[in-house]
Amino acid sequence: MQTTEERQRNPWLAKLHIDGPLLLGILALGIVSLFVIYSAGGQDVGLVYRQAIRLGVSLVVLVVVAQISPQTWRTYAVPFYLIGVVLLILVLFFGEVGKGAQRWLNIGITRIQPSEILKLAVPMLLAWYCSKSQIPIRFFHVFAGLVFALIPTLLIARQPDLGTAILVASSGIFVLFLAGMSWRLVSVGGALAAASLPLFWFFLLRDYQRQRILTFLNPESDPLGSGYHIIQSKIAIGSGGLEGKGWLQGTQSQLEFLPERHTDFIFSVFAEEFGFFGVVGLLILYGFVIFRGMLISMRAQSNFGRLLGGSLILTFFIYVLVNIGMVSGLLPVVGVPLPLISYGGTSMVTMMAGFGMLMGIATHRRLVISQSG
Amino acid sequence: MNRKRVPIRNHQAEAALFTRRAIVSIGIVFIVFAVLLTNLYKLQVTSFAEFQTRSNSNRITVLPVAPNRGLIYDRNGVLLADNIPVYSLEVSPLEARNLQDTLQRLQTLLELPEGVISDFNTRLRQARRFPNVTFVDNLTEDQVARFATNQHHFPGVTIEGRLQRFYPHRDLFTHTIGYVGRINQQDVQMLREQERYANYAATRTIGKLGIERFYETKLHGTVGYQTVEVNNRGRVVRTLDFTPPKPGTDLHLELDIGMQEIARDQLRDRRGAIVVMDANTGGVLAMYSNPSYDPNLFVSGISTVDYRALLNNPANPLINRATQGRYPPASTIKPHLGLLALHEGVITAETRIWDPGYFRLEGVNRRFRDWRPHGHGWVTVTRAIAESCNVFYYDVANQLGIDSISSFMREFGFGQQTGIDIREESAAIMPDRGWKRARFNEPWYAGETLSVGIGQSFWTVTPIQLAYSTAILATNGNRPQPRLLRGTGERLVPELIEPYHLPPIENVADRHWMTIRKGMEEVITSRQGTAWTAYRGATYTTGGKTGTAQVVRIGDDVQQRPDVEEVEERFRDNATYIGYAPADKPEIVVALAIENVGGGGRNAAPVARAVMDFYFADEATRQLKLQEIRAREAYAND
Repeated sequence: MQTTEERQRNPWLAKLHIDGPLLLGILALGIVSLFVIYSAGGQDVGLVYRQAIRLGVSLVVLVVVAQISPQTWRTYAVPFYLIGVVLLILVLFFGEVGKGAQRWLNIGITRIQPSEILKLAVPMLLAWYCSKSQIPIRFFHVFAGLVFALIPTLLIARQPDLGTAILVASSGIFVLFLAGMSWRLVSVGGALAAASLPLFWFFLLRDYQRQRILTFLNPESDPLGSGYHIIQSKIAIGSGGLEGKGWLQGTQSQLEFLPERHTDFIFSVFAEEFGFFGVVGLLILYGFVIFRGMLISMRAQSNFGRLLGGSLILTFFIYVLVNIGMVSGLLPVVGVPLPLISYGGTSMVTMMAGFGMLMGIATHRRLVISQSG
Repeated sequence: MNRKRVPIRNHQAEAALFTRRAIVSIGIVFIVFAVLLTNLYKLQVTSFAEFQTRSNSNRITVLPVAPNRGLIYDRNGVLLADNIPVYSLEVSPLEARNLQDTLQRLQTLLELPEGVISDFNTRLRQARRFPNVTFVDNLTEDQVARFATNQHHFPGVTIEGRLQRFYPHRDLFTHTIGYVGRINQQDVQMLREQERYANYAATRTIGKLGIERFYETKLHGTVGYQTVEVNNRGRVVRTLDFTPPKPGTDLHLELDIGMQEIARDQLRDRRGAIVVMDANTGGVLAMYSNPSYDPNLFVSGISTVDYRALLNNPANPLINRATQGRYPPASTIKPHLGLLALHEGVITAETRIWDPGYFRLEGVNRRFRDWRPHGHGWVTVTRAIAESCNVFYYDVANQLGIDSISSFMREFGFGQQTGIDIREESAAIMPDRGWKRARFNEPWYAGETLSVGIGQSFWTVTPIQLAYSTAILATNGNRPQPRLLRGTGERLVPELIEPYHLPPIENVADRHWMTIRKGMEEVITSRQGTAWTAYRGATYTTGGKTGTAQVVRIGDDVQQRPDVEEVEERFRDNATYIGYAPADKPEIVVALAIENVGGGGRNAAPVARAVMDFYFADEATRQLKLQEIRAREAYAND
């Protein structure tokens, strides 16, 4: 069956190692992004232009990454991870400070953000680690895997960059979950995580992060201060109604009541202008991308491919969850962009690289006589 | 055990395990999406109305627009209160980059005085609703120009123009027209109580004095509204709806600027007040109180220094002497008393009384003196008016008694407000037994009635009361209420208002009125008349009465009145005068009081003559005066 399907694919896309449906979903989101950014940025064509360039560059990255077989990634998983962690440590000491956080590393030619590397390196390493032996993985592997994931997570949280830390940690945990860690461990781990929340509160979170959580719990307590963002965002979303105010007609965004309109809060602009119908459509689009990614992972030929692909696509889901949850008042404010739609560079490239890997997993198929066949 | 040793992996089972976990994940994704959508449904559909309202209240603001205040003209159409454009520098704290630095640079650029920044910061803390806070009010043209060329250096700073009251004739009409001033806490409270506060939403000033205060509701107009969409910094993005304000009504006053100037020129540096009134309608042609001050000082808030100077000025410029100055009427009320005596039958027109130079009251040791040491001899009521004989009136007053005098004088408006259309008016005092009991807890003494007979003792009047009572005398009992407002509406074609008359004094026979008026004419026509000198050569007929009020009682035994020059100024007599003209068919009345200058015949009558001369001058002379005023005004405003 699989082989029949392969043959039916567009030969051009097959040659380029591209998965058509996934690309379609990504492109659809990219086009939505351009339209919403045009509106959110106050009809600034320059902003749209730069986003289009970024999208194009990221797509090139995607295509390039797609050419590399998962086997290669597996080979370089460990050094990739180690380099990433070392860079993170360097950032801790030599990083450049921007917007109150130390995230950037100047390597002479350009500045890089090592935490982005870890978004890929952590799932790669853990996928490699878990695929060394058979799955389901055992307790020791779960424990070791958690340690591998936690080291970069804590380093990133120190910068501080809570959003990325959450994404990196989740990508690791997803691998472990998909690798079959026992349900008992899942529940015990969940309970432990819940129990350690106070520790987070007192030891890991900075004042402003604590403030964000307090604000999340009761935004109206400080409507002009820290609660302002979330209140204005909810007003934008709510006033969109069923059908929305229409493209370029969102008063909350056009009149600049909404903060961070074209970046973290772009979903609110979308929801205000396109309404609940638009929101359902957007979530269906995201759902489609996630489902396609999961399908690719299920069809992967190796455990490494399965675990890596599954983790990447679930992390993508976490992006969507955290961002929409944040702007609609379900989750505290954490700086996570709406994937493929928010204006912004670095994370888009990383994400596209991740999609490239997924496409690689889908298209680089060894002709093996599987035990099953 | 087997599995451990044999590392053959069951790939199918592993793939199946992954698929199960993947399906669970997809399930979780589905559930989470359902939760997200449920929440979004709650926001966008269930609570839509609430959020729509909040979104609208975010963006839609209603800005009040101040109406233009009605203008004030004199009877010739000369503008007395104007609205002129002024410019203020407004700062939007949300839009200005580095506010304090911006203020510093503005201070340097516009050469602003020390302290403006700290004043601004105080206002900034108090300001709320409006996005802009005024930094400097009343910019000079030079400052406007300087800012305009440097505007791009100051984002968030704008120049705003608006209209502000301006009184082109400065101190000439201060006490009549009054002025507007910044709305203060008391005004706000008053407006709230009268439920007029909403109408003042955009208004900065309110009438504080005179006509501006009395006709505030007419002059103010109705506030307009602009419904605008604003952005998050409060800047107006576009106008959604506009209800224009309705400008206030223009007022036309009875005042004649030419006559007003004559009045001011006559008083010069002397303290006092003049009222000129239409004898038949009560329209006030001139009302001037000296010294005066520039009302423009108050419009945008008077400085403490300036205000203290006005308050502490011993000449008391803040008081309107025409309506608030309480002067003993002295001999000016002799015609009224004579009328009462005729009416009551105490005397007839022919009754003669012997004046030896003094009057003696039975049972009282004291001699009540005439101003002429050896007396006037035999005097009738007309001669007693013309020559201002005191003894005649001591006698008459004594026969009438205080009760009769007091109640009759109230008919002439004494002891109560005339109801002229400004609020600054005193009732002065018309004493009687009840008043004295209440005031001093003492009985009334007969000697005091004698003093009342020559307008002294406790009796005080305001110049406006004198003018009103003169109009009553001049028209045989007609009682027109004094009034400054002539009409409303367009400049050259005002809608005139009807004069208001109190019921006339009817029960006094016409021949009594004519007897009294004959006496008042003899004041001018008789060689012995106290205003004969003042009116020598007048081209019109007139009647009048002089008054000389003692400020302090000179000792009774003093035979000779001291020479005026020798008395310290503040002890000198007040000069008063009332008059009407023409004698047979009176058109205008004049009443005036000048403080501490000496006798009324010499000091007050010539002032009345000057005013009447202007009134009866030919049209060319009057037009010339108007042209002169307009030319001067144009020059001053350039």
